[in-house]
Amino acid sequence: MGSSVNLFLISLGYRSGGVAPIFTNAPKLKMVLPTPQALTLTNIVIDLAIVAFMLSLVILIYKRYGSLDVRDGRLKG
Amino acid sequence: MNLLLHSPILAIAIPLLCGLATPLISKFGKNVRDLWVTLGLLFTEFLVLILTYDVISNGIRIYTLGAKFPAEVVLTANFVPIRIILELDAFSVVMALTSVSISLIAFIYSLKFIKEGTAKIRYYTLFLLLVAAMVGLVFTGDLFSMFVFLELLSISSAALVAFYFHKGESLEAAFKYIVFSAVGALMVLLAIGLIYGQYGMLNIAALANVLKFSFSDKVALVLLIVAFAMKCGIVPLHMWVSDAYGEAPAPISAVLVVASQASLYVLFRISFTLFGGLPTIGIVAWFIIILGILSMVIGVSMAIIQNDIKRLIAYNAVSQVGYMLLGLGVGLAVIKNVTALNSFGLVAMEGGIFHIINDAIIMSLLFLTAGVIIYKTGTKKMDEMSGLAYEMPFTMVLFLIGALALAGLPPFNGFVSKLLIYESTFRFNPLLAIIAILVSILTLASFVKIFYSAFTGPRLREYNKVRDTPKTMLVAMLILALLTLLFGLFPNMVIDNLISPAAHALINQLKYVGGVL
Amino acid sequence: MVKKKMEEKNKNQGLSKIVKTTFFVIAVPIITFGLYVILHGHLTPGGGFAGGAIIANLTALFLITFGRNTVKKPYKEFLLLLESLALVSLILLAFLGLKSTFFYNFLANTGNIFGRAISYGINSGYLSTAGTISLMNTAVGIEVFAALSLIIIIMYTGPVGGEDN
Repeated sequence: MGSSVNLFLISLGYRSGGVAPIFTNAPKLKMVLPTPQALTLTNIVIDLAIVAFMLSLVILIYKRYGSLDVRDGRLKG
Repeated sequence: MNLLLHSPILAIAIPLLCGLATPLISKFGKNVRDLWVTLGLLFTEFLVLILTYDVISNGIRIYTLGAKFPAEVVLTANFVPIRIILELDAFSVVMALTSVSISLIAFIYSLKFIKEGTAKIRYYTLFLLLVAAMVGLVFTGDLFSMFVFLELLSISSAALVAFYFHKGESLEAAFKYIVFSAVGALMVLLAIGLIYGQYGMLNIAALANVLKFSFSDKVALVLLIVAFAMKCGIVPLHMWVSDAYGEAPAPISAVLVVASQASLYVLFRISFTLFGGLPTIGIVAWFIIILGILSMVIGVSMAIIQNDIKRLIAYNAVSQVGYMLLGLGVGLAVIKNVTALNSFGLVAMEGGIFHIINDAIIMSLLFLTAGVIIYKTGTKKMDEMSGLAYEMPFTMVLFLIGALALAGLPPFNGFVSKLLIYESTFRFNPLLAIIAILVSILTLASFVKIFYSAFTGPRLREYNKVRDTPKTMLVAMLILALLTLLFGLFPNMVIDNLISPAAHALINQLKYVGGVL
Repeated sequence: MVKKKMEEKNKNQGLSKIVKTTFFVIAVPIITFGLYVILHGHLTPGGGFAGGAIIANLTALFLITFGRNTVKKPYKEFLLLLESLALVSLILLAFLGLKSTFFYNFLANTGNIFGRAISYGINSGYLSTAGTISLMNTAVGIEVFAALSLIIIIMYTGPVGGEDN
């Protein structure tokens, strides 16, 4: 789900016929907006951290309970 | 260097720096580390205090990162402010003051509560990052840095919930919490994308100026409200609250309460300032009011049937958030109607904001007391506790203060804020006030349950080996109890100086915009 | 029985000698490319995050080729310290601009280490232009490398009580 939002963000900055928004050595055309690229980059890093954290939790849960079934956990209500 | 001038960013950067440097400083020993973290938190508290004084006397303060001088606002050709701008108004500093104060008190408590070992380095680092994230969330002036601080808040608080990771339940609770937070954050990002695609800017003040309330804006509003409602633990997205608050260490539960309130701040900032000019704002207001009522009723009903002491307090937290929503929702509903606003709308908002502060204090007191009970008896289930009044009379009195304050009895602070909410919502719609009063009675019932099973009754034999409560924990709880009494006996001092400016600042959208443009 | 013991010993010693040699050969281009991406963050796409992730690949390769048990505790401590150091230096760099505001780019447009002024128009990128951005990119790159390596090691060899983030 995170990837779809990232793609959405990048496509927001599109200008028709635009080129990559790099300042040096640029051909004299319209540039694609760079701000959503910054947003997307940050989002990718944050999602990476969250996924890493979730996966470590899952590893620990597996070690503790022996299975990954949600119903086997002791927390309910 | 003018400290006041740079305090907004320092209040965010100092906890961040201290937290990240803690693993390095801990190489020098245990006491150096404790001293370092204490100094960092005290300095942050000092900064927030002088900021509060300044903003309430002098008005809105902004700070631009990376410009030539802090109050400079660089505009492009279309009146779009560039660079990240922090904007502080009265509501922001009141929330920041609450957050940092409660965190400081919880930190004093956790000096002795968390046992020694390498885990404590992790605890302090995450704790300081959490404080930085909370202050950043309430100080920020644009949507994207709000998103970043929201994520930082989610991750550090989830890591703190999973702190005791040899128990299975904390891991499950943290997992549930972070899945909810991640989905909420994705929705926020989608909303930010929608708004940015439409207007090309992300600064809240500038957006408030140009918002046209088209269909995609309304979709963005709904997404934002739902995502932050999830973060506050409002019904029907409350499933993670009982697990997370119940399984976290006791001081962390207290700080989680304040973190949820920081998300509540964002919710109200969006509804009032960003979308305040929406023609159909009444529908949004009624939606908030209905969510508030649902949270109150469902929260307290689930609280009564609980067996575990911290989950009971956690469900009460859900219920109290309903009160805050009710107060501020009533204010939002009458925001266009000037006479009604002046007669009861402002009072409702003041009640709501005062209840935010009071709830932070009372909930922290209750969670810390529950922490002491768990520390001494080693169990969380109320079936297994009995007769603690003989062992810990002091703790019992503190718990009693917290419980009565939450139920809304005079002379405690809960009474004042709840009275403000009752009176104003009665003039708005009598049925809401009646439901609110009934919920208060049920709140009292749930605490009577704890009191009866944990404190009274025959004394169990295994309590002969109970340890003594460390002094720092008692000091922390005592400060909170004193604040409860103080705010209850002299509420005008707080309301006139802190809360009234906050409520006015929330309504006054033009002033917020004028701070930047 | 003897065969089983020998198999286990082989498994913990990692892959064959050829792969280990190739690892050393390929580590050099990876590090160079990663440093290139980090340092040119203000001129070409990439920057701190992407460059750090490239170098963190090296830890994953290391774990695969050398087996689970060759990563000892001091390495983990070193990575933790490196991570904290990099993050602290990032914020201290931001503090140094404090005579104007936070994060102020005090090295741009002066003659100092990264301070050359940007020339407009079409040119190939000059490395020493962007001021504090380059230093911050470097700090972020080191930090990302340390953090991702820690995550990979902890996930592979089991939790020790280190932090997740």
